[in-house]
Amino acid sequence: MNATSNAPETLLKVEGISLSFGGVKALSNISFDVRKGEIRAIIGPNGAGKSSMLNCINGFYHPQEGQITFKGETRSQMQPHEAAKQGIARTFQNIALFKGMSTLDNIMTGRNLKMKTNFLWQALHLGPARREEMEHREAAERVIDFLEIEQIRKTPVGRLPYGLQKRVELGRALAAEPDLLLLDEPMAGMNHEEKEDMCRYILDVNDQLGTTIVLIEHDMSVVMDISDRVVVLDYGRLLADGTPDVVRANQAVINAYLGVTHE
Amino acid sequence: MEFLESVFILPFLDIADSPVFFLEVVIGGVLSGVMYSLVALGFVLIFKASGVFNFAQGAMVLFSALTLVGLMEQGVPVFLAIILTTALMVVLAILIEHMMLRHLVNQEGIILFMATIGLNFILEGVGQIAWGSDVKKLDIGLPDTSFEYGDMLFNTLDLSAALIAAVMVTVLALFFQYTGTGRALRAVADDHQAALSVGIPLKTIWIIVWSVAGIVALVAGILWGTKAGVQFSLVLIALKALPVLILGGFTSVPGAIIGGLIIGVGEKVVEVYWGPAFGGAIEGWFAYMLALAFLMFRPQGLFGEKIIERV
Repeated sequence: MNATSNAPETLLKVEGISLSFGGVKALSNISFDVRKGEIRAIIGPNGAGKSSMLNCINGFYHPQEGQITFKGETRSQMQPHEAAKQGIARTFQNIALFKGMSTLDNIMTGRNLKMKTNFLWQALHLGPARREEMEHREAAERVIDFLEIEQIRKTPVGRLPYGLQKRVELGRALAAEPDLLLLDEPMAGMNHEEKEDMCRYILDVNDQLGTTIVLIEHDMSVVMDISDRVVVLDYGRLLADGTPDVVRANQAVINAYLGVTHE
Repeated sequence: MEFLESVFILPFLDIADSPVFFLEVVIGGVLSGVMYSLVALGFVLIFKASGVFNFAQGAMVLFSALTLVGLMEQGVPVFLAIILTTALMVVLAILIEHMMLRHLVNQEGIILFMATIGLNFILEGVGQIAWGSDVKKLDIGLPDTSFEYGDMLFNTLDLSAALIAAVMVTVLALFFQYTGTGRALRAVADDHQAALSVGIPLKTIWIIVWSVAGIVALVAGILWGTKAGVQFSLVLIALKALPVLILGGFTSVPGAIIGGLIIGVGEKVVEVYWGPAFGGAIEGWFAYMLALAFLMFRPQGLFGEKIIERV
């Protein structure tokens, strides 16, 4: 957090996180950091605790041990809407959109925290509330342009194909103008072309908007291509942490992914 | 033959015979329909914002009306009594969020529904323990006289009830459709987790919705209580709201209004003109028959959202 040093600023730091459900240990003693402006990937086999880790960061889960430092503020617990207020936005592994609402309305919900007028003004629908609604509408339209989803602005998202739903979900997260964007398997279930599109959007977001991104992904080639640094989890433990090249060469990682031969 | 005549011919002759009387019947129907709408509205609000069918809405009507009468019997002035009761309904909303909803985040709708059945019994019980179970007269000073306009007879109480309900319904409908908070409410109804992730404070939203539903219940309680006395059977008007909801669709505020009007008018007209053919007392079951027909041919109601699941 020291502006005078040349070292990259740390945006998020998790230290000694342990999480268990009943007797099952989902995460044990995980520590890593995320630098401002980087794309950080979390990989690992199924059940490694990747989603649990994201859920801890945005407050869905409350780890029993450890602490999380975000923008210099340390905490051990936080509610999801508080995390959102601090500038953490996310998407979900199984798309969680508001299915009955249009694309535009979904993206507008992402602006929720930016709305300043209280609901009494809004109930009257005049004065500041009306002006504010227009401003947010413009911001939402910018996101829609950015993700090239103009044609489906008015379509209820429940009717959209899977790949587009994922894109709308990304749009909703972007609309909040987050400092940290958490993406839980943004490319799961997509075909090759859709994956390429999504990669491009993620890189653009990082590049043009300067948003720091933490993403979970299964597709190794994608992860190695777009991320700056990679964390590898296995059975809730931290297996490796470093640049894609370092991680790829790590024997423990190779064992976890390819299996170990037992004599 | 005689029966067919009394169903298909005589009623229409009667209507043609005295159009003024017909109009009077229709207006009477509209006025009681507005009252149905008001009760149905309480259901729609909570259903839209939390996906819960609130079985306790009728009990909330009774509870609020009982409290209001009880306070007035203690010598509290009307105005103050209404404010106190409103405050109590807000406190109730906070308690419901705190003790019930908070623990059921992300649960199936049916589980929340069961919880509201429990809430129903609690409210009925507490209301009657606190204020007794006698039939009570409620008079908050709404004018209750009749006057003639043209050849028709009007009751001022019915008219003011309709006016109050109409204003309330309009404000709520606009609020839901066109404001940020309204959008947040709809978002919560759709997906709890996603709503949390965009920073919508679920708990605050629930408190707002249940408070508004409580206030709607209070207004319904005042109007029905003034008309029919405050008594246990107020709970049963919630039953009348069911066919209204089926007609209008569970998720539509305008649907609740139009559904209420159709049932109000339909009931009265059918009773007056077709009653004799069936030996009377059609008013009691007409609404349910209509609802059944809707369930067969248009289960999402007139304005409800048609849910299409992807498989």
